[in-house]
Amino acid sequence: MDQPQRIVHEATGVTLDAPVKAQAKGFHFYYGAHHALKDLNMPVAEKRVTALIGPSGCGKSTFLRSFNRMHDLYPGNRYVGEIRLYPDDINLVSPEVDPIEIRMRVAMVFQKPNPFPKSIFDNVAYGLTVRGMKNRTEIADRVEAALKAAALWDEVKDRLDALGTSLSGGQQQRLCIARALAAEPEILLLDEPTSALDPIATASIEELVTELRDRVTILIVTHNMQQAARISDYTAFMYLGELVEFGPTDEIFVRPKKKQTEDYLTGRFG
Amino acid sequence: MTAEPSHCASLPEGHVTHTRARNVKERLIETALFLAAFSAVATTVAIVAILLYEGWSFFQHVSLVEFLTHTQWTPLFEKAEYGVLPLIAGTFTISAIAVLVAIPLGLMVAIYLSEFASHRVRETVKPFLELLEGVPTIVYGYFALLFVTPLLQKIIPGLPGFNMLSPGIVIGIMITPYVASVSEDAMRAVPMAMREASYAMGATRFQTAMKVVLPAAISGVVAAFILGISRAVGETMVVAIAAGQQPNFTFDPREHAATITAYIVQVAMGDLPHGSIGYQSIFAVGLVLVVITLFFNVIGQYVRRRWREAY
Repeated sequence: MDQPQRIVHEATGVTLDAPVKAQAKGFHFYYGAHHALKDLNMPVAEKRVTALIGPSGCGKSTFLRSFNRMHDLYPGNRYVGEIRLYPDDINLVSPEVDPIEIRMRVAMVFQKPNPFPKSIFDNVAYGLTVRGMKNRTEIADRVEAALKAAALWDEVKDRLDALGTSLSGGQQQRLCIARALAAEPEILLLDEPTSALDPIATASIEELVTELRDRVTILIVTHNMQQAARISDYTAFMYLGELVEFGPTDEIFVRPKKKQTEDYLTGRFG
Repeated sequence: MTAEPSHCASLPEGHVTHTRARNVKERLIETALFLAAFSAVATTVAIVAILLYEGWSFFQHVSLVEFLTHTQWTPLFEKAEYGVLPLIAGTFTISAIAVLVAIPLGLMVAIYLSEFASHRVRETVKPFLELLEGVPTIVYGYFALLFVTPLLQKIIPGLPGFNMLSPGIVIGIMITPYVASVSEDAMRAVPMAMREASYAMGATRFQTAMKVVLPAAISGVVAAFILGISRAVGETMVVAIAAGQQPNFTFDPREHAATITAYIVQVAMGDLPHGSIGYQSIFAVGLVLVVITLFFNVIGQYVRRRWREAY
């Protein structure tokens, strides 16, 4: 084990136990004229799980989707300010930065499992073929590794040719995680990945997130506060497009500094 | 809860009869709708029955073997020959050219409109496509004869005034909007979640269109192809005008030829006596046309099931 690091994040004053992988600096987001995110400043620690929590409509998914430029797909959206990605130290929402390059480094798993109507193998291989990888053995190796990492290999190894859409909901979501992992992203974005799943499938995804913690930086949006408490290292509480509080998860849940955070966590609103 | 009994009490006394009257009305509507649906089936059955009946009389005079193997089709000559192959060759060649034009072009238009064009461009282009679909085919026929053929003659020296290339290309252009419009509808119906999943993996627009949207929409796209092919096979006016009306057993697109439909039009407009072999021959070739179209529909169904990527 490495010596635990101590890094103080300037804007929030929070001490992190890992290097900063990305950070929002004075970040705003607009849907047309609607000012959806206001002056966000927070870090994402490398190879840690950071949870974004808050009531519906607080902007947590909007913020998450900014990290891989999904908003570029629709007209009228505008980023202002910075989300810096390290170690390159680039502003990933800058118009000069190619969103495709960002998406190759920052993968995403959606709220509703959305496997392609292709075979299980082709689903996982998708990110690799998109990158122009041709070598069949290398692709097969990477697919196997990704399915193993997503804890799905044992269930599907005998039917890799079956349609991804033929799997159960929980398996489909793990397939989507495998698809994201195959391309070896630096950051994995999870947008309420268990909200469409039953409790057993939810537990398996949560377990998976905990296992993946050593491999990849994870940013997860969740509506479920217990889930954030169980699986995350850091938690950001957002309300009405603003960041109310950011800190280590145990501190946020045990000793929140802001009254709003406490009220939300104790179920007084939201 | 309290409103309900009072509502019941306010119903007229004879409400039982009222219900019966409503049932009769429902039955009448159902029967009328059934008859409307049945008329489609009945028409199809009637057409096939007439083709079979008249075709049967034709095959009393001409053997099926001669019909299917001889390479001369001269029913209007003194020494009549009834080999359908020249008509099939003409139909096949012209349809093949049309399909070679319409499928790539129609697919490109569909991909552009569905995946690349902005909302404004799409809303501008779509009505034009629909307008093109409505142009009478006779206009395309003269377009082929008086514009495309002279143009082709400049590129291919010695090309005769009547040839299969020109009507083939023009039919291709004619069915392109149709193929494009139906394919585009199928592609637009693919859920946005599929596209987002693809983009989130770092795919480009083109990769998303080709690797995700098109395969997911394939059953609709193949349906568009089949509809396009059926229209090409059945197209009459353009070939009657621009391909010459002389049956010619060749697959060379530079040659003149007649198709099945062009022959039917030629005979139907002439004054052949009702009941003569020449008259009956159009039902025999009509039967061939129905079989060809049926064949493509069966292939289409098979391909749709085989390549189905249900989302």
